[in-house]
Amino acid sequence: MKIIACIKQVPDSEAKIKAEKGQVSWGESPLVINPFDEYAVEGALQLKEANSGTVTALCIGPESAKEALKHALAMGADEAVLVSDAALNALDTQGAARVLAAAINKIGSADIVTFGRQTLDDGSGLTAAQTARVLGWPMLGLVGHIKVEVGSVQVARIIEEGRQNVKAKLPVVMSLVQSIGEPRYPSFMGIRKASKANIPVWSLSDLGISTPSVFVTRVELITPPSHEVVCEIIKGDGPAQIAETLADKILAEKVL
Amino acid sequence: MKTFVYIDHFKGEAQPASWEALGVAKSFGSASAVIFGSGLDALVKTAFEFGADEVLLADDPALVDYRVETFASTLSALASSLTPDLILFPTTARTRELAAMSAIDLNSGGLIDLTGLSLEGDKLVATRPIYEGKLNEKVVCSGKPVIATLRARAFPRPAQDKSKSGTATKVEAKTDSLTTIEGYEVAEAVVSVADAGVIISGGRGVSNNPSLTPPAGLDEKQAEVWRAQQGFKLIGELATVLGGAVGASRAAVDGGYIPYAHQVGQTGKVVAPDLYIACGISGAIQHIVGIRSAKLVIAVNKDAEAPIFKVARYGVVGDLFEVVPALTTAFKKKMGK
Repeated sequence: MKIIACIKQVPDSEAKIKAEKGQVSWGESPLVINPFDEYAVEGALQLKEANSGTVTALCIGPESAKEALKHALAMGADEAVLVSDAALNALDTQGAARVLAAAINKIGSADIVTFGRQTLDDGSGLTAAQTARVLGWPMLGLVGHIKVEVGSVQVARIIEEGRQNVKAKLPVVMSLVQSIGEPRYPSFMGIRKASKANIPVWSLSDLGISTPSVFVTRVELITPPSHEVVCEIIKGDGPAQIAETLADKILAEKVL
Repeated sequence: MKTFVYIDHFKGEAQPASWEALGVAKSFGSASAVIFGSGLDALVKTAFEFGADEVLLADDPALVDYRVETFASTLSALASSLTPDLILFPTTARTRELAAMSAIDLNSGGLIDLTGLSLEGDKLVATRPIYEGKLNEKVVCSGKPVIATLRARAFPRPAQDKSKSGTATKVEAKTDSLTTIEGYEVAEAVVSVADAGVIISGGRGVSNNPSLTPPAGLDEKQAEVWRAQQGFKLIGELATVLGGAVGASRAAVDGGYIPYAHQVGQTGKVVAPDLYIACGISGAIQHIVGIRSAKLVIAVNKDAEAPIFKVARYGVVGDLFEVVPALTTAFKKKMGK
């Protein structure tokens, strides 16, 4: 079974993100694998262990995004591919999906392509479904449990209303959520292997496609007003009195 | 401007933010509500009540279950023939997929989870939070139709006029599906945290009541979950009095205290209630970013140093097992319930 895990590199969640001269700045904070994409890698590795096969990690980004791919390799992925091209600096989700679909086709004979549910930076959560649409493969979104059968896959989707059990023929694209299991930590051996890995870099001409059209353009970046508030600690003689005071304060705010 | 408003529903129950999207569409011009499913007469009437100029209905047994491929193909075919300028959705997990695929089919762009949308000249300019709400961006879409999903509770809900009704225009369903639905395990009806005006949330602290004695025969983990469920019962009672929903931190969900659907935060749902009461939640950054749009935040925590107090307007340093039931009693009295 051949599994491709699609990942992205993003600023760490703890980073102080600011708008500087119309650009996003994250200061000295490190760039990391998008935390949601760790579930994509974890699920891919579980599939490999249960059904045998290989896991290829795939990423679009600058040369430095190899670090995110090395994280996937250290977790246990067998190979990694970076798609990097100066023409991809202004990429929207549809463009990313077209590039990923071309790379998935070039890698070839994939049975399952995994994604995280969304990224921490843009956060649209469109790329998995758009990649499925470009490929013409079934999309299984928000999957928390996977069972592979002969030529098909049965999954539990974790939806707002509960769980939905769905079946589809391979190949499929799926986005994975945290019910799949906590992402494993890279092992010492894995980190050593990853540090020595030779990660191929593909350009758009390697993929045989032209620069995808850009439909969504940012016109302004805004720092939202600060939400720091001074907390008034409610004190009193026992819980009943505290609750009385707090209830009065809440009612006075007219939010109910 | 001609706008399609996709009415998102689960088994005929509409996501209330669909009506907010209808209100936005009306402010730009004509609004066509788009409804897919089977046997949805009540939903069609509700769409007219909220102000739809027309209702485009694909009524087909093959559309009883939402499946992204069939729904996207039905929507894309409809948009190709009627050429709206804009397709609006409420932001849900279903509509993110649907907007994604429709954008591919119609060769346009998706503007997702918007908190603002305005018409500047003849150009739609959208505002959306990025980087977990640490920044906002204004974006435009060069394709047509513009495809956009609106965050729940970010736009006003139009008034419902129960006297209105109308006849839906039948449209063709595309039924070629790539997946088979084998079944559902549906949680009992709960108020969705994404749409709630009031949310009472519990964290790891809800399991921390040593005075409770669990039933005999439970192991340590089962006893912890049992204790937590007693805590969530108290939170649920307060939520009922205030007409709100029960939320939870990731720690509570990971601990197995409550299903994932309740989770608020970066890996759960971003919420925008008028009132958010955090009980026994320490306030990890991932939780804080999920409640950034809450109007009034209250924190109840034993630990006076917990980061949740930094974002709360009012706080109580105390035991939630005492404070929450006392609050329920106080509100019952003051609100005459």
